[in-house]
Amino acid sequence: MCDNNDTAHNTNINQEDSGTDGESKTEKQKIDILLKPTGNAPIMKKKKWSVESNKPIGWIIDFMKKYLKLEPQERLFLYVNQTFAPSPDQIVKNLYDCYSTEGTLVLHYCKTQAWG
Amino acid sequence: MANDREILREIWEGKIPVRFTLYPDEVYELQQPDEFYLMVPRLSYFPLVIDKVKKHFIRYVSNDKNDQEMWLEYDGQPVKWHFPIGLLFDLLVGTGPDLGLPWHIVVHFEKFPETQIFRLNSKDLVEAHFMACLKEADVLKHRGQIVSSMQKKDHNQLWSGLQNDKFDQFWAVNRKLMEVSGEVDHFKYIPFRIYDIEGFYKQKLVKPVSDEGQRKTLNDLLMEMYPKRATSVKVLTHGMFPPLNTPLQWMSEHLSYPDNFLHLCLV
Repeated sequence: MCDNNDTAHNTNINQEDSGTDGESKTEKQKIDILLKPTGNAPIMKKKKWSVESNKPIGWIIDFMKKYLKLEPQERLFLYVNQTFAPSPDQIVKNLYDCYSTEGTLVLHYCKTQAWG
Repeated sequence: MANDREILREIWEGKIPVRFTLYPDEVYELQQPDEFYLMVPRLSYFPLVIDKVKKHFIRYVSNDKNDQEMWLEYDGQPVKWHFPIGLLFDLLVGTGPDLGLPWHIVVHFEKFPETQIFRLNSKDLVEAHFMACLKEADVLKHRGQIVSSMQKKDHNQLWSGLQNDKFDQFWAVNRKLMEVSGEVDHFKYIPFRIYDIEGFYKQKLVKPVSDEGQRKTLNDLLMEMYPKRATSVKVLTHGMFPPLNTPLQWMSEHLSYPDNFLHLCLV
């Protein structure tokens, strides 16, 4: 995940775009996400992030846990449309393609199951 | 709504014979354990059907290992327990005259591949995953309105119907999720995932009808997903290749897994 204002700070990519159609393989597409706390979740100072499109949700959860300095045993849940929790292996691009609004994927997060 | 009930029943009754063996290096007893054979429903998930397998093998592994989490391997790869069994088989084994049935799965108790698969330490986790998929599917089909208007007991009935292999119990509730509402005779979008061989999947918004109101087919879906190579691919699901002119709406109503998604493997 990298800062919107500092796109030079690029984290390593451990897998190519999973697209097998050979059409999107060369693009290192980034996706804008907006992280919104809900319930008792701590607020993130920075809410808007730009993420490589092939990153899985589990990776974002790990990143946020570090950013929020949560204990390893504390849990963090991410929700799309305030309805469902995507699987940790779901990639950001799939969610963006289906559920983004105005060019941004909004993800709500909380420390207990919210819309479970 | 789904009229071809016998097709729903056929899909529901799809089973795969599996031969489980314990990974030889983990056998602690002098005597080698017998293999364990099981017919597993394609629509179920491994954590729901392998209690007996665990019970059978656990006494052959070292005592200090047997509280560890069991995991499964096929052909050198850990098996993703959160995928339905039929999808795993279509993905990993595929189809053809030489399927090598029964499907040989190796059981492990040691060295859980943490980075490759999630832990499956409780059935509640599988249930949570299943319900999340079901909710997502309803967001696509009906803006989530059906699933959110259901009661907890309906959700429980779906889950226990699947878990206990009770077709009527499951479909008594699932039919509501497969209904089309209002004046239109189709879903808003078709819930589907298309998998490549590595197990990555793609998902996009695809409507069951064109802007002109024509019913879209499987071929149209492939054209939207893979414009450059749609003509050279086939789609495998439930161990069969649906004809490319199969209407998407019909596929969604009849060939979806219990999580209400079409899981399609690209061949």
